[in-house]
Amino acid sequence: MNAGKRGRQAGAAAAAVLRQALLVLATVLVLAPLAYIILGAGKTKLEYIRNPAGLPVHFTLANFAALLKDGMMLLWFRNSVVVTVLAVLLSLAISALAAYAFARIRFAGREKIFNLIISLMIMPPIVMLIPLFVLASRARLVNTYWSAVFIYNGLMLPFNIYLLRNFFVTVPEALVESARLDGCGHLAIFWRIMLPLAASALVTLTVVSVLWVWNELLIALIFLQKNELTTLMAGLVQFQGRFRVNQPMILAGVLASMVPMIAIYLAGQRFFVRGLTAGALKGE
Amino acid sequence: MTVSRGNNLKGYLFILPALLSIGVVFAYPLFQNLYFSLLDLAQAGRPFSGMRNYVLMAADPLFWTSLRNNALLILLVPVLVVVALVFAVVLFERVRGWRFYRGVMLIPYITSITAVGLFFTLFFQGRGILNTLLRSLGLESLVVDWLGSTRWALPAIMVVIVWREFGFGAMLFLARLATVPEELFEAARLDGAGWLRRLRNVVVPQLATVIEFYVFIMIVTMLSWVFNYIYVMTLGGPARSTFVTELYIYIMAFRMQKMGVASGVSIILLLITAALAFISLRFRSRLLAEYE
Repeated sequence: MNAGKRGRQAGAAAAAVLRQALLVLATVLVLAPLAYIILGAGKTKLEYIRNPAGLPVHFTLANFAALLKDGMMLLWFRNSVVVTVLAVLLSLAISALAAYAFARIRFAGREKIFNLIISLMIMPPIVMLIPLFVLASRARLVNTYWSAVFIYNGLMLPFNIYLLRNFFVTVPEALVESARLDGCGHLAIFWRIMLPLAASALVTLTVVSVLWVWNELLIALIFLQKNELTTLMAGLVQFQGRFRVNQPMILAGVLASMVPMIAIYLAGQRFFVRGLTAGALKGE
Repeated sequence: MTVSRGNNLKGYLFILPALLSIGVVFAYPLFQNLYFSLLDLAQAGRPFSGMRNYVLMAADPLFWTSLRNNALLILLVPVLVVVALVFAVVLFERVRGWRFYRGVMLIPYITSITAVGLFFTLFFQGRGILNTLLRSLGLESLVVDWLGSTRWALPAIMVVIVWREFGFGAMLFLARLATVPEELFEAARLDGAGWLRRLRNVVVPQLATVIEFYVFIMIVTMLSWVFNYIYVMTLGGPARSTFVTELYIYIMAFRMQKMGVASGVSIILLLITAALAFISLRFRSRLLAEYE
């Protein structure tokens, strides 16, 4: 073996070690906050004050029991589930219909309308909120699920339509043609052919939509101001003031709010990756 | 295919629910904001007040502080690009355990900003986790009330933003790298190009459009999607040092009852976002043309 080759091999080995070290460090930095949330949630109030950064002497589930007994947490949890499910279903139904038309029905102004809709993807929600709030107050819809559900639905539409239309365009014309010869109209083609084929795209969209609605704060703060109607995220923020001296309770609430999304993520990681990268990679 | 009248009707029927939703949630508010910003909403009958709301906004130092802080947050974009790029490239080289690492990188991004913010508030507070760790390492001199100091609050928030957002970029770049033909990397390797040269000559050019997309998305994020971080961690404090434009709109509209001014600021934010989108589109078509 000549010196040059050996040198290169040593270099490659050093590079591999360096890469592993970098990744291990990053993993620790990413996971440490999660570890602290879990450990902190298992401490008593006094222990947390004395020892916020170390391991708990004995891990207690008392904070979680207190959260459950408190009742508000469960109510917020339920509100989040209701709002998320309704908003995601509504937005999927509406966007699937529209995406089908943009992909498969030729109508005047189709491209112009489509481009206009997808350009709304980057519109920051705060820009729309004041008129929406005034409108919802007049219609007496502030502090009802419906205002939040409808706004979430609308805000998700541009991305959903974009992603589903891109999928529908790829369905081979032959599949549609044979159904048409059998006498199927657009609605039947949409329902019997397109939707079943789009199952995986719909799961992808569901996953990223659920993630977004579940985690959203601003709209929940403004449109669901009543404590018994608000979502988990808007409710949790109040913990800051309420548990100023009992911080393990804050961490227990934080942990409880994260569990559903982490569970979905672990179950369907590839759908997350596909959904989150969809805008960037097909947009080229 | 010809556009027939029957097709027109069917097409419009299919998109009607979407158009109604978008009309209410996007179109109506955008025009209404412009209208509100020209009225004196505090007075009975809401008289027309011309540019008064815009004058009030421009005379308010807090508005400028907010804009400046958004501008400072935009400085994070190059940091995010570099961090995300390094991780994407390292993971792409199929390091042992890369699937696990990729899975881990995305966990901060799927965690709500509210949960992240609540945790980091405790992490950075005077007797919080960070300061306890610093003390136990004998670094007493570095102990600061991070979020309570006008000097450190914004940098602390920046650390949290990078912690949560870098995984998204890394994932985007990694997904794009997976579609680059293997021969390109092979050719560079055979030419004896080192790691850094391969990065500069193969990886970055191949990723140009997706990096550009990410930069654009992140600039827009730093400008108009950071409310959640600030609201949870500092509410604009201490001494209003971490105010951002979104929080300014929120406080003006919903705490100070100055809806007209808030509408005016919304219009300004909208114009900046639209200008960025326009520049990005121009830039992107130029990039695409170069690679055609």
